[in-house]
Amino acid sequence: MLQDKDRLFLNLHGLQDWRLEGARKRGIWDNTKSLLDLGREKIIETVKESDLRGRGGAGFPTGLKWSFMPKESDGRPAYLVVNADESEPGSCKDREILRNDPHLLIEGCLVAGFAMGANHCLIYIRGEYWQPLVHLEAALEEAREAGLIGPNACGSGWDFDIQVTRGAGAYICGEETAMIESLEGKKGQPRLKPPFPAAMGVYGCPTTVNNVETIAVAPTILRRGAEWWKELGRPKNTGTKIFSISGSVNTPCNVEEEMGIPLKELIEKHAGGVRGGWDNLQAVVPGGSSVPCLPRPICDEVLMDFDSLREVKSGLGTAAVIVIDRSADIIEAINRFSHFYMHESCGQCTPCREGTGWMHRVMSRMVRGEAEIEEIDTLLDVTYQVEGHTICALGDAAAWPIQGLIRHFRPEVEKRIMERKKAQRPAAE
Amino acid sequence: MRITSHRPAEAQDFAFSPENLEKAKGYIARYPEGRQASAVLWLLYLAQDQNGGWLSVPAVEYVAKLLDMSPIRVHEVVSFFTMFNTRPVGRHHIQVCRTTTCWLRGSDEITAACLDAAQVSGLGETSADGLFTVSQVECLGACCNAPMFQLNDRDYFEDLTPDSAKAVIEALRRGEAPKAGSQVGRVSSEAYAGSEAPKGSA
Repeated sequence: MLQDKDRLFLNLHGLQDWRLEGARKRGIWDNTKSLLDLGREKIIETVKESDLRGRGGAGFPTGLKWSFMPKESDGRPAYLVVNADESEPGSCKDREILRNDPHLLIEGCLVAGFAMGANHCLIYIRGEYWQPLVHLEAALEEAREAGLIGPNACGSGWDFDIQVTRGAGAYICGEETAMIESLEGKKGQPRLKPPFPAAMGVYGCPTTVNNVETIAVAPTILRRGAEWWKELGRPKNTGTKIFSISGSVNTPCNVEEEMGIPLKELIEKHAGGVRGGWDNLQAVVPGGSSVPCLPRPICDEVLMDFDSLREVKSGLGTAAVIVIDRSADIIEAINRFSHFYMHESCGQCTPCREGTGWMHRVMSRMVRGEAEIEEIDTLLDVTYQVEGHTICALGDAAAWPIQGLIRHFRPEVEKRIMERKKAQRPAAE
Repeated sequence: MRITSHRPAEAQDFAFSPENLEKAKGYIARYPEGRQASAVLWLLYLAQDQNGGWLSVPAVEYVAKLLDMSPIRVHEVVSFFTMFNTRPVGRHHIQVCRTTTCWLRGSDEITAACLDAAQVSGLGETSADGLFTVSQVECLGACCNAPMFQLNDRDYFEDLTPDSAKAVIEALRRGEAPKAGSQVGRVSSEAYAGSEAPKGSA
């Protein structure tokens, strides 16, 4: 279990002051200039060495991503874009950083922007997050007034400005190229890659898109060193992570823990356990709606990090742990995700636009048992037709939960169909 | 994907109030010169706010003109995003989250309670007195405080029960401003009621 001395989200729950004065007491903005004095190469080197992986879902090595930015400018400005469009069902961690510790993020923006040679930073926050937006804008104003950002930020000689854009309720804008489109004032439909954002992003300029939590941890890693960060967690799955535990638990909560904590320990220690006890557990979705669910026997043992969860054919995603107990209808639980993806498909690629609706309609019949047994395999086949055949990963994300359901709960789906058939058989038979 | 269409032209001409025009200029100034289109979402929010919670065709086209964008580009943006209403809504737009996490904790009961208390006949409908519209929306990102709803494009009301949801709506009906956030007294998403909370963050 994570010790208090290794915690870096000290105001995750908003019990202390989120403004500049409170932030300074927690060590934020403490001689930030000295971090920039390390120089671009040294910062990227340290982040690489720490094995920090992106917290937005894909788990891409952060230092490597930063190193893709051009070393010398060809005249175009470079941009850091912060992805605060947290919309993955189950995930609500960035909201707490934005409203309870916005300076942690802002300091991270300066350090990360400097490391990648960007003088400009755009934060794209989801439209529904009104309170986080108000806090973030107020914190930015404080930082500007105190000279922490703006011209000659923190006295480092580096000019750095941050602007906020408010989204308007589209999950797909959390995809990096869709976000770039929306930042340019268009509807948020993902772009084809390549060119990758590091070569051509916002306004055709070199751009790196990072998640809020990734940026927020960077200054602390630099202060305390890559070795400290690597001691937490497991090899290649290092550091601390905010877990959002929700659903059928006694006390849902956000909590910062060490990477690689056993799932069972996480739920029992922090979320008050499964409603009705561990034996009442039916399934866990370990990383937000996009990742396949896991049945109880796997939940008994599995560790919460990127590689452990990949080994059991699921994923850490955004570390949003959705707990489903035995009283809930597992087919309907997954069908709600299918409805979500149907609603959020941007409509650009045919397999996703048509497939998400088709999958939802079939799933709805399966919830009621109005299907044939063979249709389970047809549904599975369609998920593989959607997966990997679209510009962005939304198609994959729509397919995976259904694949997880059929992989682990096929008997449940079959039972529903058989029960319905039985009920419909004429009584005289 | 969502299919939306505007009502036939019945709306009045639209122009920003002087204060909103000032704000709009501030938003445009956030972005590099020639990139004023980046401010489109901000301006649409301003227009929607000024227009009583929805965007009429003249309002959309006014924003297009102000930003030197072709009107169809702005219509595209409006119909793409769910937070822009293309038809009038009640003064209090209750948007209940329906996605799995909230559903596991009883969002269907919350929706029923809201429809009942607001005297709205069905989802997406507005009450006869024009006070309330009740809709269901996809995940609002407050999963550790489920179930919950959002009021207009602002406050979250979290950790709801059917009774506390009704109480919020009754307070709105009386013209009060009910306290937003958790309805069981949590500050944010800390574990509550007897759980073993970590000391450093509690």
